Amino acid sequence: MSKTITIDGRTIPFEEGQTIMEAATAAGIYIPHLCHHPEYTPHGSCKLCTVKVNGRVCSACTFPAMEGQDVLNDTKELRDDRRKITQMLFVEGNHLCPGCEKSGNCRLQAVAYYLNMLDNHFPHFYAKREIDASHPDVMIDHNRCIFCTLCVRASQQKDGKDVFAISGRGINKHLIVNAQSGLLKDTNLEVADEAAHICPTGAILIKRTGFQVPIGQRIYDHQEIDQVSLETEHPRHDE
Amino acid sequence: MYEHLETAENRDNLKRVVVDPVSRVEGHGKVTLLLDADNKVQQARLHIVEFRGFERFIQGRPYWELPVLVQRLCGICPVSHHLAAAKAIDQLVGVDPENLPASADKLRRLLHFGQVLQSHALHFFHLSSPDLLFGFESDIAKRNIIAVLGEYPDIGLQGVKLRKYGQEVIRMISGKRIHGTGAVAGGMNKSLTKAERDYLLEDIDQMITWAAGSVALIKKVHCSNLPYYDDFATLRTNYLGLTKPDGALELYHGGIRAKNDKGEMIMDQVDYCQYNDYIHEEVRSWTYMKFPYLLSLGQEKGWYRVGPLARVNNCDYINTPLAEAARVEFKAHSGEAMVHSTLAFHWTRMVEALHCAESIKGLLNDPDIMGHDLVAQGEKRYEGVGVIEAPRGTLFHHYQVDENDIVTKVNLIVSTTSNNMAMNESVRQVAAEYLSGRELTEPLLNNLEVAIRAYDPCLSCATHAVGKMPLQLELIDAEGKLIDKLVKHSDGQIERDGDF
Repeated sequence: MSKTITIDGRTIPFEEGQTIMEAATAAGIYIPHLCHHPEYTPHGSCKLCTVKVNGRVCSACTFPAMEGQDVLNDTKELRDDRRKITQMLFVEGNHLCPGCEKSGNCRLQAVAYYLNMLDNHFPHFYAKREIDASHPDVMIDHNRCIFCTLCVRASQQKDGKDVFAISGRGINKHLIVNAQSGLLKDTNLEVADEAAHICPTGAILIKRTGFQVPIGQRIYDHQEIDQVSLETEHPRHDE
Repeated sequence: MYEHLETAENRDNLKRVVVDPVSRVEGHGKVTLLLDADNKVQQARLHIVEFRGFERFIQGRPYWELPVLVQRLCGICPVSHHLAAAKAIDQLVGVDPENLPASADKLRRLLHFGQVLQSHALHFFHLSSPDLLFGFESDIAKRNIIAVLGEYPDIGLQGVKLRKYGQEVIRMISGKRIHGTGAVAGGMNKSLTKAERDYLLEDIDQMITWAAGSVALIKKVHCSNLPYYDDFATLRTNYLGLTKPDGALELYHGGIRAKNDKGEMIMDQVDYCQYNDYIHEEVRSWTYMKFPYLLSLGQEKGWYRVGPLARVNNCDYINTPLAEAARVEFKAHSGEAMVHSTLAFHWTRMVEALHCAESIKGLLNDPDIMGHDLVAQGEKRYEGVGVIEAPRGTLFHHYQVDENDIVTKVNLIVSTTSNNMAMNESVRQVAAEYLSGRELTEPLLNNLEVAIRAYDPCLSCATHAVGKMPLQLELIDAEGKLIDKLVKHSDGQIERDGDF
């Protein structure tokens, strides 16, 4: 008989070594997340997947599933917390959806819609951040970076390179690239690299492709992120 | 004319009357009058008090964002900004207008006809019809679209539905009624499906009928009030706009044509990429809106009007039959080569709305709008100019980019800006002719707004004097004593004024 945990009162099976996120996804339960990606080592930094396990607050993407866990996921308290976290992500950077080419395909925007985020609530930082358009095919718009490190992990774990890293602490945290000049053009990033395509927001973009997908054909035009996520993110143990 | 009323010679002891805001226009502006003891107008100005700064903050962005970024200038004519920017960035990817795929060219034209139709309907029915149907000095409680719907339900409803139809054209092509996407560098991101085309075809004949009805309505209103309509706020000016090479009315792409008040050609089929050699802009200290003028005629005589009146005056013919018949009738009513009546803007606006409805039908029946060859590509360039006839007149977008595709320089000459001088002159004329010496009442002041409204100004689009407006900064202590004063001149120089 397989081992089980409960999520919001529903009993679901898990396999040894799975995280709560992986067990939930396999059972068709969506837990909001931004820095988690089934193909890469969990990072646990965005905190959007915060759940309560036997009364204790944990990140579902990093916490192992264990027999007897009683997990709370879709509760008002957690939804409110997640909405606040998302609002903080919005005000910390400069996320201006109306002019952003990622709009409709953006996971940050989609999560905000899913969480019914109707305003920013917190005062904007209006952080002064730069654009690095030096690379012929790929551009970084630091205004939109949420420090999820997906580009860092994709570059290391999939592309076998080491193009990106996060530097600085706290409020001074920022994305850097592996070049003496600090410019993307002086790294070994190539347009076909996974790291160039994995950004959940509009921080890393393929140049000259913006707005080519019409409204109505974008990822989140007809489906919310929970559906898209459950359809596309398969847990590792299935592979 | 009435230039002497721009600045009163001696402002001491003058009484100030302010109309703020000017209502039933797009954006925010105000009119100030300075009156002497006998209520004689000594100064009359239209001030644009909004500050936008688009030209500055789109610098540093990648060029492919431009059509989507700049359309946020406006919620009424976003498509015009979208397409002007698209025409400019076509050039950045090496695609000249003649090399745009036929499907993309026709989809853009269809999109633009939808835009002009909805904008013209909005202005005529929602914003101006209360003045035109109830009278300029009618009860303020009646001067709104709700009252029009109450007393003239058929007319009001046609206006709402004409606008809706134009917006549906926009939605089918760009995904949203307002601020969609559609045009990309070198083409379009989608064509119409057969279902979308058929949906739009369903109502188009009704729209043509209603548009023709609105031409008849404004003709009746205008002609039953001659010569008042021919005199009110009327100016003998130059006119500028795009026309097709054969002189036909053109809204999407053509050469610049300018005629003087007698109808004589000042220039024709000028390549708009060279606009800078022909048009300059002047900044004045009391408004955020610039004053463009034709370089060849100089600042004093070179100002001109744009928009429906200019276009219908300038063109030799219109290539759709009903609108052409309406144009001929319009021109015939004055007996002059050029019609100068400011209120004739309304008439010509409806002639154009009819032209749009007819043209939409023509394009919907063209199989190219369902084609799949949508994007062309050429050699990269570093500078692009896009010019289009927006509902309110000729709209110029000019961009420069660097080797990394980042925008380094922007210049926008927005339609309403070109009418700035004329609107001020019309305000001064109405103030001098209709208000001066009378006890000012609210209905009387509405005459000033009627004059401005005729131009259908979009004041929020038109505030672009960023960085060039002379500014004065005063630091005053708690007792009200001036302790420091800095003056920024229009050339950008800053100096301390006085001994501080």
